[in-house]
Amino acid sequence: MTESYQLKRADFIFKNENDWEEVMSKSFSRTPQELINELISSELKGRGGAGFPTGLKWKLTAEVVGDTKYVICNADEGEPGTFKDREILSMVPFKVLTSMAVCGYVIGAKEGYIYLRGEYFFLLPELNKAISEFEYYCKEINVDFTIRIFMGSGAYICGEETALFESMEGKRGEPRNKPPFPSDFGYLGKPTVINNVETLAHTYTIFKYGAKRFYDLGVQYSRGSKLFSVSGDTPKPGIYELELGMSLYDFVDEFGDGDTKAVQVGGASGFLVPRKRFQETAIGYQGKLVGISLPTGGSMMLFNSSRSMYNVLDNYLEFFREESCGQCTPCRVGCQQLLKGIKAVKRGEKKTQYLDKLLRLTDTMKLTAKCGLGQSVANSFSSIVENFREEMIY
Amino acid sequence: MAKKIKLSINGIFVEVEHGTTILDAARQIGILIPTLCYHKDLCIAGNCRVCMVEVAGQKRLAAACATPCEEEMEIYTNSLNVLHSRKQIIELLLSEHNADCTSCFKNGNCELQKLSSDYKILKQDFIRLVPLQNYTIDKLSPSIIKDDSKCIRCQRCVRTCEELQGVNALTVAYKGDQMKITTFFEKPIHSVVCSTCGQCINHCPTGALVERNYIEKVWDAISDKTKHVIVQTAPAVRVGLGEELGFEPGKRVTGKMVAALKRLGFDAVMDTDFTADLTIMEEGTELLMRLKAALVDHDPEVKLPMATSCSPGWIKYIEHMYPEYLGHLSTCKSPQQMFGALAKTYYAKARNLDPETIVSVSIMPCTAKKFEANRPEMHDSGFRDVDYVLTTRELAIMIKQAGLDFLKMEDAHFDRLMGESTGAAVIFGATGGVMEAALRTAYELVTGRDVPFENLNITPVRGMEGIKEASLKIENPLEQWAFLDGVELKCAVAHGLVNAKKVMDSIRTGESNYHFIEIMACPGGCLGGGGQPIPTSPEIRRKRAEAIYAEDTGMTLRKSHQNPEVIKIYKDFLESPGGEKSHHLLHTHYTARERF
Ligand SMILES: Cc1cc2nc3c(=O)[nH]c(=O)nc-3n(C[C@H](O)[C@H](O)[C@H](O)COP(=O)(O)O)c2cc1C
Ligand code: SF4
Ligand code: SF4
Ligand code: SF4
Ligand code: SF4
Ligand code: FES
Repeated sequence: MTESYQLKRADFIFKNENDWEEVMSKSFSRTPQELINELISSELKGRGGAGFPTGLKWKLTAEVVGDTKYVICNADEGEPGTFKDREILSMVPFKVLTSMAVCGYVIGAKEGYIYLRGEYFFLLPELNKAISEFEYYCKEINVDFTIRIFMGSGAYICGEETALFESMEGKRGEPRNKPPFPSDFGYLGKPTVINNVETLAHTYTIFKYGAKRFYDLGVQYSRGSKLFSVSGDTPKPGIYELELGMSLYDFVDEFGDGDTKAVQVGGASGFLVPRKRFQETAIGYQGKLVGISLPTGGSMMLFNSSRSMYNVLDNYLEFFREESCGQCTPCRVGCQQLLKGIKAVKRGEKKTQYLDKLLRLTDTMKLTAKCGLGQSVANSFSSIVENFREEMIY
Repeated sequence: MAKKIKLSINGIFVEVEHGTTILDAARQIGILIPTLCYHKDLCIAGNCRVCMVEVAGQKRLAAACATPCEEEMEIYTNSLNVLHSRKQIIELLLSEHNADCTSCFKNGNCELQKLSSDYKILKQDFIRLVPLQNYTIDKLSPSIIKDDSKCIRCQRCVRTCEELQGVNALTVAYKGDQMKITTFFEKPIHSVVCSTCGQCINHCPTGALVERNYIEKVWDAISDKTKHVIVQTAPAVRVGLGEELGFEPGKRVTGKMVAALKRLGFDAVMDTDFTADLTIMEEGTELLMRLKAALVDHDPEVKLPMATSCSPGWIKYIEHMYPEYLGHLSTCKSPQQMFGALAKTYYAKARNLDPETIVSVSIMPCTAKKFEANRPEMHDSGFRDVDYVLTTRELAIMIKQAGLDFLKMEDAHFDRLMGESTGAAVIFGATGGVMEAALRTAYELVTGRDVPFENLNITPVRGMEGIKEASLKIENPLEQWAFLDGVELKCAVAHGLVNAKKVMDSIRTGESNYHFIEIMACPGGCLGGGGQPIPTSPEIRRKRAEAIYAEDTGMTLRKSHQNPEVIKIYKDFLESPGGEKSHHLLHTHYTARERF
C-alpha cells in the first residue's frame, strides 16, 4: 500500500517576497542551532537532484572548523524542459538571496555565489540589481555577506556539485571523487553548502512560517511542496507547485490528455512509469514506501499512445552520450554501447537477448560510475526497456 | 593524535594510518587490486573504475584508489559483484580500443593488455566502437608518437605534464564520446609547448604515447658494410637497462651492456660519460669566467646564475617559457651532442675514417635527446652530429631481437679514445650529479684542494627533494683566483620541470641569488628520464640513484679533470677548455619559442 494524497496545489514559492527584510532580521536574531533545528524538523530535502536532507547538510558544514566557507546556489538548471529555477530567480530573487545569507550565518560563511546557467544571462541585470539592494541591506544590519554570480559554461555536467566547483575554479567541469564531500571540501577546497535554487526558496518559507507549515504538507519521507515542470502530451504545460506524495494517477488525471501511456518522472535521469503503475506510484522521495518515484529536478513528461518509447529512450541516450563528461569508463563507453545497442537490436543486427546484456551493463554503470549522471542512466533505460520491451524490438 | 583505523578486507583485519586508501590498505596485506588511472607519481583521478571494490552496507561499489579507509569498513575485493563489474569495465575499454596488440609498440608491456590477459575477456560481444570518430595519430615529432586510438583516457599523461612538469602541453578536450586528450588547438605535439621530455610516455599505461623509434634504421646502418657505426651510452642507461631484461631495479649492468652492444655489431662502443667529464671542464670554466666577469670586471652584461644545459627537455622548456633567460644557460652542448661533434671530427681523424661513413648512434634515457639530435644547429662536425638516438627501452628491444641472453652476458669494456670516464660523469645520471661533478672539479681548480666533503660526496645536492640548495665557501684560493676568496658559491638543483619553474620564478622575482643552478627536466634526473624502463615510481628511481652513486664510489677516478682521455683530447685536439675549437664544436646557442 502506498500512502498518497490527492493532487493538491500549493502556493508558497512564488508568494510575495516583500517581507524578506523581516525574515532576514528575524532569522539573524535566532541562533544557528535553532535555525538548523528548524530545518531538520521541517524534513526538507534538496530539490536539485539527490534529495539530501537540507538541515543535515547545513549542520555538517557548520560543524566543520574553518575560517573560510562558501554558500553556493546551484542555478545551472540543465535538465531539458525544466525552467523552474529560472522562474524563481526572476520572480522571487530576494527569497534566494535571503536564504543564502542565512545559510552563511548558520555555517559561518561570508561569501555566496550563484552559479547561473549560461543561457540565463538575460537574468543578469535584474539579479545584479537585487543583489546590490540586498547587500546594501546586509551592511545596514551589520551582516557581513556578499553574493556574486558565476556564469556557467553550458555543459549539463557542470550542474553536478563537484564539477560545478571545478568549473568555478577555472578547471574542466569534471566531477570529483566523493568523499570528500562538499561539507568538508567544496569550492576551493573549503567547506561549502551547495543548494538548488528551489531548495533555498523553501528554506525561506520555513524560516518565515516555521517548520510545521512545511512539514504538514506531503507524506512521510516527502514533506512539503515542490515545483514541477509539466511538459509533453499535455493540454496545460507549465510550472506547478504541488504537494508531494500525490499519486501519479491523480497527476495524470489533472494534466494528461486522456490518452497518457507513460510519464517520465524526473527527466532523463528519472524513471518512466507506465500506465499500469500510475495508481501505485506516488511522487516523492524514495522512502520505505514502495512505488515512490524520485522527482529529481521536478520534470514531469507525459507521453500519449502516439509516442514511440524507443524514440524516447533513443533521445535520452543521445543526451547522455553527449553530456557525459567522458572521464569515467562505465559512463563514457557505457552510454555509447547502450545507444548503439538499442539501435542494433531494433535493426535486427543483435538478438533481442542483447537487451539483457545491456540491462546488466546499466547495473554496472549504477554500481561503478563516478557521478550521478552515469549512475542514473540505468533509471530511464531499465524502466523503459522493461516496460516497453516490444517497442524496443519491433 | 592520529589514531589508527581498523578495517577488514576479504575477512582479513588490517590497521592503517588515517587517510590511507583502500588500495594501499589492501596492498599492505598482499591483496592487489587492479588499477589503470592510478599512478604512484600522480594525484588520484579515479576515472578508469577498474579498481572498484564492495564496501559492506554501501549501495554502490567504491573506487579503491580514491576512497579513504574508514573505521570498521568491511571490504570485499573479489565478490561476484566486483568481478562482474570489473570484467564489464575492461570489456567496455576494449570495445573502444584499437586493440591491435600484435602491431603495437607496447605489446608485452601494456597495462590494458595485462588486465585483459588476467581477466580473460574471451567473448567480446559489445559493439566495436573503433575506428573512433574523433582521433588522430600524430607522428610528426622526432620524439613522440601519440595515437588516440590506443588511448583509454586515464589522463595520466595530462596529470604528468601538469603535476610533474608544469608544462600543460596536454589537456582534455570535448565531452562524452568525443572526449579526448589533445594539445592547444589540437596542434601536433611537436609544434606546441611540449618539452619532449617523454614523462607522459613513461606514465602512459598503453601504447597511446610512445617514443618514435629508430630501431630499424640502426639495424640497417649496422648491416651496411660501408658504414662505421659507433655508439655512445648515457650514464643513466646502465642503471636502468637491466629492468627491461630480467633484473630488479637498481642493478648496474654497465659491463653487460657494453658486451651486448658489441655483439649487436656496433663498430665501436664508447661512453657519453667521457663527454660528461668534458662538459665539466667546459662548463666549470664557463662558470669561473662568468664569476670573474661579475666580480672583477663588474660586467653588467654577465648572466648569473648560470644554468646547466645538458637536459634538452629543460632547454626546450626554457626556450618556450623563459626566453628572456636564455643568456643564463651555459652555452655547453649536452654530453650527447659534444660526443656527436667529436665523433665525426676528433674520432674520425684519430681512426683515419671518412666522417661521411660514420653513423653515430646514442643510447639515452631520454626522448628529448631525439629532438635535440634533430636540431638544425647540431651539425658542427659538418654532418649531422648524432644520427640516431635510441631510448634505453629501444636498446632492450634490440638486445631481445638479437637473441642475446643478457643475464649470462660477460662484462666487457668500452672502447678507447672516448670511452674512459670518472665517477663524476656517472653521477650526471642523477639529480644533483652535474652540480656535484662541477663542484668537485671547480673547487679543486680554484683552491688546489679537494671539495670539503667527506669522500668527495657532496650530499646536500643528492636525494629526491624537488629543489635542493647548497652553498660552498671558497677559502684560500690559488693566486689566480684570489678574487674568489671568501665568496660563498650559492647553488640550487631542481629536477622535474615543475620544480624548474619554481627556481626560475624565484630568480625572476629576485628572491634567490644563486650563482649556479642545475636543472634536469625529469624527476630524479636522467635516471627517471622519459626513455627509461616502464614502470617508474619514486621507489624505482631511488634504487636507480643508489646504483649510480655506487658506481661512482667504485671508480678509481672520481673527478672529471682526472680523466686521462679528457687530458689527452685537450692536448691533442681541443687545446684548452673554452678555447676556439671547443667553442666551435662543444658550444651552442638557443632559440626563443612560442608559448602555446
Ligand atoms: C549530472 C548532474 C547534473 C546536475 N544538475 C543540477 C542542476 O542543474 N541544478 C541543481 O540544483 N542540481 C543539479 N545536480 C545536483 C547537484 O549535484 C547537487 O546535488 C544539488 O545542487 C544539491 O542541492 P540540493 O541539496 O539543494 O538539491 C546535478 C547532479 C548531477 C549528477
Ligand atoms: S559518470 Fe559520466 S558524467 Fe559522471 S564522472 Fe563519469 S563520465 Fe563524467
Ligand atoms: S595499447 Fe596495449 S592493449 Fe592496446 S594494442 Fe597496444 S598492447 Fe594491445
Ligand atoms: S613530453 Fe613532457 S612536456 Fe611533452 S607532453 Fe609529455 S610530459 Fe608534457
Ligand atoms: S595517452 Fe596514455 S596516459 Fe594519456 S590518457 Fe591516453 S592512455 Fe592515459
Ligand atoms: S585506478 Fe581507481 S579508478 Fe582508476
